Amino acid sequence: MRITQGTFSFLPDLTDDEIRAQIDYAIEHGWAIGIEYTDDPHPRNCYWEMWGNPMFDLLDAAGALREVLACREQHRRCYVRVNAFDSTRGFETTRLSFIVNRPADEPGFLLKRHEMEGRHIQYTLESYAVQAPAGRRYE
Amino acid sequence: MAEQRERYQAGVMPYAQMGYWDPDYEPQDTDVIALFRITPQTGVDPVEAAAAVAGESSTATWTVVWTDRLTACDRYRAKAYRVEPVPGATGQYFSYIAYNLDLFEEGSIANLTASIIGNVFGFKPLKALRLEDMRIPVAYLKTFQGPPTGIVVERERLDKFGRPLLGATTKPKLGLSGKNYGRVVYEALKGGLDFVKDDENINSQPFMHWRDRFLYCMEAVNKAAAATGEVKGHYLNVTAATMEDMYERADFAKKLGSCIVMIDLVIGYTAIQSMAKWARRNDMILHLHRAGHGTYTRQKTHGVSFRVIAKWMRMAGVDHIHAGTVVGKLEGDPNVIKGIYSNCRDSITHKNLEHGVFFDQDWAGLRKVMPVASGGIHAGQMHQLISYLGEDVVLQFGGGTIGHPQGIQAGATANRVALEAMIKARNEGRDIWNEGPDILAAAARWCTPLRAALETWKDVTFNYQSTDTADFVPTATVA
Repeated sequence: MRITQGTFSFLPDLTDDEIRAQIDYAIEHGWAIGIEYTDDPHPRNCYWEMWGNPMFDLLDAAGALREVLACREQHRRCYVRVNAFDSTRGFETTRLSFIVNRPADEPGFLLKRHEMEGRHIQYTLESYAVQAPAGRRYE
Repeated sequence: MAEQRERYQAGVMPYAQMGYWDPDYEPQDTDVIALFRITPQTGVDPVEAAAAVAGESSTATWTVVWTDRLTACDRYRAKAYRVEPVPGATGQYFSYIAYNLDLFEEGSIANLTASIIGNVFGFKPLKALRLEDMRIPVAYLKTFQGPPTGIVVERERLDKFGRPLLGATTKPKLGLSGKNYGRVVYEALKGGLDFVKDDENINSQPFMHWRDRFLYCMEAVNKAAAATGEVKGHYLNVTAATMEDMYERADFAKKLGSCIVMIDLVIGYTAIQSMAKWARRNDMILHLHRAGHGTYTRQKTHGVSFRVIAKWMRMAGVDHIHAGTVVGKLEGDPNVIKGIYSNCRDSITHKNLEHGVFFDQDWAGLRKVMPVASGGIHAGQMHQLISYLGEDVVLQFGGGTIGHPQGIQAGATANRVALEAMIKARNEGRDIWNEGPDILAAAARWCTPLRAALETWKDVTFNYQSTDTADFVPTATVA
């Protein structure tokens, strides 16, 4: 399967130039750039590991793109995403978030059904990847 | 003193002379201001008509009463302070009326509207009356809860940023069994939509009991989440005959793990506020379908403009509101729609007469409402939709998803690919308004479902334009 989190997951994987263009867009709007990675892509896992602090006051995309490439190099087998943060009043949140690296094989999620009273089912989602301990996933 | 004695002599006196017309009045920051479009009966002076509206929507009755003198009546009288002819509309006048804050109970849309649109719309000396806009003072706004979730938190909960959300209404809206209904939900969510929606009139009918619908829809939502790794949702409509029924349904939706529930505008302002409080207590996104609004928002001379309804709903506290598409098949002038969207999404809405916005409105930190665009829209219009409506909007393609020749999943995928391709191109600095069709065509070269969607709807649009009957309307999603 292909996890479709992020703004552009239905498109072919972004090239480095395409990633640079999106970072440029964020910088034009005065947004900070953060890079994050994880080996646990559960949709409610909102705290991916930070590849350093978000980068504020960027003048161009070159430095941020270098960091994207470095993170990707070190975490080939993880999901890596680029986030853009807007500090403007009324937003103060992520404005753009897209995946720039994903493991070669994405095993997807197990949907567990816990049958309750009546016909009520309690659902739990678990990534097959996290059945292996951290550090040994997506090998 | 003599003046006062004359003012309170028993009998009938023009409203303007009773104190409801004051051209020198300077509205205070704490006043509620209403702008009415007044069409007086032939021979009725517009100023007197405006004063009458001020009177009937605040303290007055048809005759002088001595009991006024037991109160600080000057304070409680609404004051018409400005009357001007509507440009290009003979016999119609814009009338500005100010109301003291003490006239209203805190945090109550029911109380606010009981004055402003209470008796006055049936008043005989007027042919017609329309509430065009209102300025709500910050002091009053601060007494309202507002949207339980708001755009920012909704996006954080859903983990979806940088693009409009995608939805669709299950069709046919009536008649499907619970199991078949859930099938549509699953296919659309797995194909790429973020939300599917119950329609306004799907409650608990003989063909599908509400519990059945909720159970099957949540199976669909969870299966689709597992298939995509995304948070998915279905607006479960909890509209019912009584508050007790609605709470029961909403509690069940919560127990099943739904992230969103839905209500209809026809349940009434008080019920909406109750559900807003319930949603806040239970971490639930609250979707409002504006069923019924067309009966009083559509005619230009009489009723309440939808921009005012949108304001009231932001105060009452809904997270989603259907607010027009511009390009779809339903009512919607581009400028008027822009004005409505501003009222939903701005921190401060600025006066913009072209958009029908008559006042600056500071929203006092009230959370933002996500507008929903629904009704006869399809993937081929993606560049226009994004240009007109921006990013913080739910685009609902009902027929444009379910009517896809290759199936519901393919329909959903076509919409999602069109959306992501257009956002990517916009961010890259391309002029999507003009290059939109090329951008879509380029994506359609590698995305078969999008290619099929563009082909299908191009033809149907042509048929629609070539006939004046609604029978051939491409997507009859009155969602």
